[in-house]
Amino acid sequence: MLKTRIIPCLDVKDGRVVKGINFLDLVDAGDPVKQATYYSQNGADEICFLDISASLENRKTMIDVVSKTAEEVFIPMTVGGGVSSIENIRSLLKAGADKISINSAAIKDELFIKKSSEHFGSQCIVVAVDAKKIGSNWIVFSHGGTVNTNINALKWLENIQKLGAGEVLLTSMDRDGTKSGFDLDLLKAATNILDIPVIASGGIGTKEHFFEGVSYGGASALLAASVFHFNEFSINDIKNFLLKKNIKVRINE
Amino acid sequence: MKKKIAIIDYGLGNVLSAQQSFNKVIKEYNLSASTTITKDPNLIDSSTHVVLPGQGAFKSCMSGLEKVSGMVDSLEKFALKNKKPFLGICVGMQLLAIDSEENGKHLGLGWIKGHIKKMPTKKLKMPHMGWNEVIPKLKTKSRLDFKKSDYYFVHSYYFECDDEKNILAHTNYGINFASIVFKENIYGVQFHPEKSSDQGLGLIKSFISL
Repeated sequence: MLKTRIIPCLDVKDGRVVKGINFLDLVDAGDPVKQATYYSQNGADEICFLDISASLENRKTMIDVVSKTAEEVFIPMTVGGGVSSIENIRSLLKAGADKISINSAAIKDELFIKKSSEHFGSQCIVVAVDAKKIGSNWIVFSHGGTVNTNINALKWLENIQKLGAGEVLLTSMDRDGTKSGFDLDLLKAATNILDIPVIASGGIGTKEHFFEGVSYGGASALLAASVFHFNEFSINDIKNFLLKKNIKVRINE
Repeated sequence: MKKKIAIIDYGLGNVLSAQQSFNKVIKEYNLSASTTITKDPNLIDSSTHVVLPGQGAFKSCMSGLEKVSGMVDSLEKFALKNKKPFLGICVGMQLLAIDSEENGKHLGLGWIKGHIKKMPTKKLKMPHMGWNEVIPKLKTKSRLDFKKSDYYFVHSYYFECDDEKNILAHTNYGINFASIVFKENIYGVQFHPEKSSDQGLGLIKSFISL
């Protein structure tokens, strides 16, 4: 049976991890390769790097991070943050990334999704969607959740599937950073209308939240950052918790 | 004898990931082996092992392979005549079939009798993406050693074997499908051993030892 994936996300700025694991003396909290290796040896099903560098120049360091990680880490690696051209995607894939997450560039030009999935295959194109509830609708926000695009999020999700996205990374801006759990109504609405897998993100604070995301929200994968980095619980803690609740997960042997 | 492993680069498939995983195994176990990424059919002859990765649509992979002048002939000589160890990964595995129904009917290499068909969705998310259990068949003539464990999959089509004896392992996603096929020296894996952590590297180690 297919397992629910648990994905730690590492924010990388100018080639260094921001808010890395800070509980192990052995691990350099700023070294992306060491962080990714640690997670892959401790139950992560995939690794996600999000480049939050401010300038284009500094984003080039990401290529180096990706290629060094690919030499050491043998689980799938998703890279996102500021990806805006076919050339960007090509260089990240060539460096060893397996999937590329695109966000603002897809909103600016939706055909970018079509072009990139036709070019590289749907399996490596993840579209990240940041949504916020306004009135009774969820609206897409771009540029790290700062710009209101006035696009209806559920319509946008249907659209990106049609355009060839292989997977969706869905973040609730209302819940992100609050530790109050996923926006389950948003997640459920999204997984109901989509045939492609949805990675849920934004709001995880407890183990119960992971369970809800799968059982009620229908997520195929769960992505979190700070709860892992600050060792509130480990990936294996969550997996053991989910197993007890009859959610199938991959256990390291 | 030093093993010489050729990883075929025909513009489709993550050849670098494949190479890095093989290199990791070689280094970790101190094996006498080396890897080369190549699009030169002449290099196939002098290799001891060939790996054929593949990503994207069946048709673009098959025509990509055919576009490399002399490549299909060299591979056939390597795998069918000289019977040296060959490993197809993901679409590289699917190319071993007679044909595929992905976006029309397209011919494959036809080394293992079977057809590439669309996975029935049955309300399941597609592609079949993530970790799923690979269950080895109990009695086979295969020498490839691998663990019954979870491996990483990304695909929407599967290999339907004409002959049960070419199935080495199966996986369930809505249906039971062949996750590893084989015929003598030829192996094909639907999942990505290069992305399947220690168990994936274990399979690669066993392939190198063939």
